[in-house]
Amino acid sequence: MFARTALLVLQKDFAIEVRSREILYTTLLFALSCVLIFSIAFVKEGEPLLDAAAGILWIAVEFAGTLALGKTFERERYAETLRALLLAPAPRAAIYLGKMLGVVALLAVAEALLVPLVALLFHAPLFAEPLLLVALLAAGTVGFSIVGTLFAAMLVRARSRDVMLPILLYPMTVPVMIAGVRGTSALLQSPADTPSAIMWIGLLASLDVVFMTIALWTFEPLMTE
Amino acid sequence: MTDFDSVELLDVSRHFGRRRALSHVSLTARAGDILGLLGPNGAGKSTIIGALATLVAPTSGEVRYGGKRARALGDGLRRHIGLLAHELHLYPELTARQNLEFFAKLYGADGAPAIDAALERAALADRGHEEVQGFSRGMRQRLALERALLHQPRLVLFDEPFTGLDDHAVSIVASRLRELAAAGAIVIIATHDLDLADGLVTRVALIREGRLLSDEPAAAGLRARYRSVMGHA
Amino acid sequence: MRKIFLPLLVVATAMFAYAPYLIDGAAYESSMGLVQKIFYFHAPSGMVMLVSAIVCGVASALYLWKRNPGADHLALASAELTVLYGLIVMLTGPLWARKAWGIWWDWDARLTMSFVGWLIAISYLFVRKYGGPGSDKLGAALAVFGTANVPFIYLSVNFWRTLHPKTSVVPTLPPLIAGPFWFSALALFLLYLLLLTARLHLERQRAALDALYLEEED
Repeated sequence: MFARTALLVLQKDFAIEVRSREILYTTLLFALSCVLIFSIAFVKEGEPLLDAAAGILWIAVEFAGTLALGKTFERERYAETLRALLLAPAPRAAIYLGKMLGVVALLAVAEALLVPLVALLFHAPLFAEPLLLVALLAAGTVGFSIVGTLFAAMLVRARSRDVMLPILLYPMTVPVMIAGVRGTSALLQSPADTPSAIMWIGLLASLDVVFMTIALWTFEPLMTE
Repeated sequence: MTDFDSVELLDVSRHFGRRRALSHVSLTARAGDILGLLGPNGAGKSTIIGALATLVAPTSGEVRYGGKRARALGDGLRRHIGLLAHELHLYPELTARQNLEFFAKLYGADGAPAIDAALERAALADRGHEEVQGFSRGMRQRLALERALLHQPRLVLFDEPFTGLDDHAVSIVASRLRELAAAGAIVIIATHDLDLADGLVTRVALIREGRLLSDEPAAAGLRARYRSVMGHA
Repeated sequence: MRKIFLPLLVVATAMFAYAPYLIDGAAYESSMGLVQKIFYFHAPSGMVMLVSAIVCGVASALYLWKRNPGADHLALASAELTVLYGLIVMLTGPLWARKAWGIWWDWDARLTMSFVGWLIAISYLFVRKYGGPGSDKLGAALAVFGTANVPFIYLSVNFWRTLHPKTSVVPTLPPLIAGPFWFSALALFLLYLLLLTARLHLERQRAALDALYLEEED
């Protein structure tokens, strides 16, 4: 029942996205603009700063992710469908999981675009260790989405929710950012510093497990008024 | 067994800081009842509906379903609850059919026949493949009604179900509610529209400022009764 | 706590009055000179900030799972004090760094961790104030996540930068410095307890007032 409900919610979000593609396109475009602006800020005399590549990639993911989170829950606010979801005869945490997976999927698509782009603009050898990079991005994106989905769900009824989400999310996701950026930087060394990268991936993975547990426990008490 | 044939509010209070939304409300509704929660805007009707739907937790007091608390009954309890509020709970980007299918699957009330029947009842059989955002308010309301009742809930909660409906639609909704009650559902309607409630509800609970002023069987002259109990505040 | 509040207040005042003499008389640290004396404010404040943050996290968890209003008051009060003591840390840290190492800020591990924790505490206060309905529970969730985050913040920042003197400095302090240090730590901790009590009292009064308003309507 739990997994089934989560998958239903995910499928539903996917079905909606396929029709309107609004969140997908806006997120992608926003991520692109981010990378562009940062690149302009960090390119010096036509030469991109390699170190900046890792940072810019993760900043773009964080910013685009915040936007996507806001819009995902804006959708559920529109016709109060979130209430209808909470009334489903399944554990309410399943709703949370479904939403979270949707955000991860969306960010995965964004990253599929961002990684080659950043690699191109910064001449960064991001594809040197593809498996490790994917693992790093996955672990980091999941960590970010776990916290983000919970906060965004709770802010659905709050005032000034658009600005509250970043205020709450950014300090909380500092370890994710540090691990992501340092891990990516490690992979960009030549030769790639694999032990460090693996260490960062491990850190993110444990963070994901801890945060996921807390999120699944707290979702129901949080969503009851 | 999560099914039940009565629902009770036992001395339920709910406050938000200094604001009292509900104050020591005790109420019982049984299968076959059509209970009208009547009162002015802001009286607390929606809060009562929310408490019955397990969406709002009381600050004190209990809500019981067939004598048992929600916690004891678990998530399965919600299989027997159907809610329709003003906002309609429909995804505008999805088609009518997709909306119904999604909620049907959530409740495990699958099956194309059930969905076809629901579309039929909502007089939208030929528009099942159109996106809801293109529907008029009346069409959405009919679809939302069917969505809420798709899983044949025992407890049917309606919060202002008649807003924006034309006369014909109102009578359709009313007869539907009577059918449900006759089939053994507990129907609870919150509304501030006395004319529509009159003749439809079998019991009346008058609410003002979070307090239950009266709980009695419906009788003729509802409006007069309402006025006399509510006074002119 | 009520009965001993006043005596403790007197003790704390006395300690604060005496502290400057102690600090002045403490051994002069050769490399950094007079500026090193900031240590007596900075490090204890850091310790109290950490304690306060933990109190907030635990109280928040209690509130989230048991809906105990007293826990909520404690969480709010200690979050405010976390921000206050954090402010002391954030002000004294750069002042010390400037004189000791020549730069205001260097993203060194412990200061960064404190900064992040401080930001989380500030965001908690934001939520409580501007979050609208249900902000008490959102704040509680934030605090629980924040507390769970501490090991990860610690690990990630530590692997990232290190410039600070290690924690091991404190146990190995020479007696002439250790004495004043622990005295200052005690004084600051006492102040924390006093402020916490006063703040809790305020919250309880507020809750009592709300209850009175509610009763009035009955």
